[in-house]
Amino acid sequence: MIYALILTQLAFILRLTFMQSWWRNAIAVLVTLLLPLPAVAASIWNMPKGVTPISHQIYDIHMITFYVCCAIGVVVFGALFYSIIRYRRSKSPTAANFHEHLWVEIAWTVIPVLILIALAIPATLLLKQIHNTQASSLQIKITGYQWKWKYEYLDEGISFFSNLTTPKDQIEGAAAKGEHYLLEVDNEMVVPTKQKIKLLVTSNDVIHDWWVPELGVKQDGIPGYINENWVYIDEPGTYRGQCGELCGVYHGFMPVVVKAVPQAEFNQWVAAHQTVKQQKAAAKAKAKQEAADKPPEKMTKAALLAIGKPKYQATCGMCHQANGQGLPPTFPALKGSPVATGPVGKNIDILLHGVSGTAMQAFGEQLDDETLASIITYVRDAWGNGEVNQKAGHAIEVQPSEIANARKE
Amino acid sequence: MSEVAVSTHGVGHNNPPKGLLRWITTTNHKDIGTLYLVLSLIMFFVAGTMALVIRTELFEPGKVLVDPEFFNQMTTLHGLIMVFGVIMPALAGLANWMVPLMIGAPDMAFPRLNNWSFWILPFAFTLLISTLFMTGPAPDFGWTFYAPLSTTYGPKSTDYFILSIHLMGISSILASLNIVVTIFNMRAPGMKWFEMPIFIWGWLVTGFLLLAVMPVLAGCVTMMLMDRHFHTSFFNAAGGGDPVLFQHIFWFFGHPEVYILILPGFGIISAVIQTFSRKRLFGYHAMVYATVVIAILAFAVWMHHMFVTGAPLGAQLFFMYTTMLVAVPTGIKVFNWIATLYKGSITFETPMLFALGFLILFTIGGFSGLMLSIAPSDYQYRDSYFVVAHFHYVLVSGSLFTLFAGIYYWLPKWTGRMYNETLGQLHFWLTAISMNLTFFPMHFLGLAGMPRRIPDYALQFTDFNQIASIGAFIFGFSQLIFLYILFRACILRRGEQAPAKPWDGAHGLEWSVPSPAPYHTFDTPPKVVPAEAH
Ligand code: HEC
Ligand SMILES: [Cu+2]
Repeated sequence: MIYALILTQLAFILRLTFMQSWWRNAIAVLVTLLLPLPAVAASIWNMPKGVTPISHQIYDIHMITFYVCCAIGVVVFGALFYSIIRYRRSKSPTAANFHEHLWVEIAWTVIPVLILIALAIPATLLLKQIHNTQASSLQIKITGYQWKWKYEYLDEGISFFSNLTTPKDQIEGAAAKGEHYLLEVDNEMVVPTKQKIKLLVTSNDVIHDWWVPELGVKQDGIPGYINENWVYIDEPGTYRGQCGELCGVYHGFMPVVVKAVPQAEFNQWVAAHQTVKQQKAAAKAKAKQEAADKPPEKMTKAALLAIGKPKYQATCGMCHQANGQGLPPTFPALKGSPVATGPVGKNIDILLHGVSGTAMQAFGEQLDDETLASIITYVRDAWGNGEVNQKAGHAIEVQPSEIANARKE
Repeated sequence: MSEVAVSTHGVGHNNPPKGLLRWITTTNHKDIGTLYLVLSLIMFFVAGTMALVIRTELFEPGKVLVDPEFFNQMTTLHGLIMVFGVIMPALAGLANWMVPLMIGAPDMAFPRLNNWSFWILPFAFTLLISTLFMTGPAPDFGWTFYAPLSTTYGPKSTDYFILSIHLMGISSILASLNIVVTIFNMRAPGMKWFEMPIFIWGWLVTGFLLLAVMPVLAGCVTMMLMDRHFHTSFFNAAGGGDPVLFQHIFWFFGHPEVYILILPGFGIISAVIQTFSRKRLFGYHAMVYATVVIAILAFAVWMHHMFVTGAPLGAQLFFMYTTMLVAVPTGIKVFNWIATLYKGSITFETPMLFALGFLILFTIGGFSGLMLSIAPSDYQYRDSYFVVAHFHYVLVSGSLFTLFAGIYYWLPKWTGRMYNETLGQLHFWLTAISMNLTFFPMHFLGLAGMPRRIPDYALQFTDFNQIASIGAFIFGFSQLIFLYILFRACILRRGEQAPAKPWDGAHGLEWSVPSPAPYHTFDTPPKVVPAEAH
């Protein structure tokens, strides 16, 4: 209906503007030339149609607006080129002498207003739908961190981080780039298809923006706010997007990957996650029980370093760099850092609680005792820090039990 | 008025002091106009070079030239300098040169203030650019400097940035005050409001916009300073503040700012189009009303920059409707320009080429603007390259092309020499073609999902980025032609001698004085014949 309305308006403008019939023919030709555009409108030239009802409607409204613009463009540019070609000096040695016409002025004020109203109606209806987050069957809290995403499935009790997995070699050109260069993560956000899923988007530090074009969702994550949006995905598949709001040095390196699976598969995924979680909890309880009986078993330095090095590179390398040099002064070097070569307590404290107001996050919430102990040991040992610590008589090795104790304080 | 005339007489000799001192102590509107234009030209090449660094890095996926940290500094400074260091000073320079000449005044209303408004700027930009040479990053949070990225997480150089914004703000406020007062009080006797050239109207409205929003920007950066150093929490959620408040304040300044950058340009286009189609401007009154309506709407659309911040439905709808409405007065302008061309007797000298280029490109930018105003689609466009394409279409045409048009148009008046027409046309065609080569593919990139402000991108974006980068280099190097044209006319003083009125279709008081315009003009007010004014 809206289409018809717009088209009749356009026909009206066309008739008004061009009285000569050959012009109408010329425009007919132009319009037919433009019409095959949707055929070429493949993903790289245009907005993806996407896989949600909302993304479909956004696409439609985008295309309607685009065609309206094309039509106006034909009229405006037609009139412009007609004037400059027909009335160039060689064809039109003296200019006419009119400079006002009330009805024309009124016409080109009123007609655009009508076109705008015609566009505003579907836009308003769609916007209402976007805002209707009611009746969702699943709630996922999405938190932006400097340069990763955290997903929490509120009712299922599942929570994990999603980090970029593109190797540094590819970014620096030392290795061939993979198919999903910069758009690949370790843990995708897994969701069921054909379910209304409520998204609660927020941030832990600066403003981020969770955007997946094929889902038709872009929502800022703002510290102190929880913004709501929702998706309903029709087709199973993997959908990729990126952080949309400049969020610091590695803004271009925090992709969003959503994996939509049928409900049954999603249920399995949830169950698997919960089993792992239970096993971990059980193991922890058991370890605690055993610890109460006999002193905790110590990990060897070699074992700690074996875990610590890769974990450091994955978790800390983006900021402090694999060689420990950091990017001073934004990200301090850990090589020779007063913290990494000072008393161990302070070092554990910074890792657990972060430095508020800086990019140094509270890793206590993100990593378990063993991983933290391993990373700290690695940091205190690598890049010559080991020797400095040894000379000064500071401990190098940190045991998971020390982390556990520090957590209690 | 008589007082002002006396005071300019006091300092004015027909032979200004020689050497550097002339430029430092000058209170002559033409000298100060020249100073603004020179500063703007230098900054144009500085910020343009930064754009080329950006486009080099984006030539292909992976690291090409600079690391992400420096890339962010380049995007930030490119934007800030283009807006505050190129377009605004150039517009102020044109206002200084042309407002008194077009309204028949001997000088600006406050000549000493005028000197000061200019001389603040070199310090402001020295402060800003010096941050590149300090340890630690220069400002790297985008020209929109959203909190908390620029407050809690901002680099140390942010304080230099704040101070330099303050200086630019003071300069703009003083300059616009001067221009507004000049237009109000110093028009030649008999020049009524509706006889002023559209350029004067454009600057008058712009002056009010500047006076209204520059203090808001100053307030914004002051709050940042307080948050950074004096333990307030205006924008810090952890302290009970509100990061979104920052965006409200910024865009309450930022949106009118966009119109500040283009309204004077609209005036230049009106002058150029009527001159080279040898026909009076169609719908003069409608043009004036449209300018005023655009300025009023400017204060009621700011949240369209914030559609994805979680704004409530009601607010989104209100700002969507007001934003769509902007298309109406803007459309009126475009239609009136075309109606001016219709049945004219048109020639295509360089100023006219730039004016016509503006008309086409600005309309395209207007289309993407209309698309962006539709809030649901904006969910997909926001913060993508589509936005980058949009604002470069409106700003490169609305500001840069109009400035070029104005400079070519009035250069004979300033220098007494005609510029080289062949080179001028070459400059136009290279600029226009490469501009489209650079920015048109960005529409596709944005629609396909490429976010703005990223130093590296997924493989499917490669082709369009390469086209854009090639276009940018052609665009950049084409500007050297412009530099040479200016050099030839201003320094070498080559080229045909320009008569008082080099364009046969031109009207207006500026053409009644000799070329080059003498150091002092209109010591005795001219008589305004109504048809002459516009
Ligand atoms: C998002 C960037 C980022 C990541 C990731 C990060 N850090 Fe930091 N780190 C910082 C910043 C910024 C500081 C400086 C904080 C300050 O201003 O005191 C810092 C400080 C430190 C310090 C104190 C250094 C000193 O000399 O003051 C240590 C130790 C440290 N980080 C260790 C780590 C470890 C280990 C990891 C990985 C688990 C890690 N960081 C991950 C950004 C990061
Ligand atoms: Cu982000």
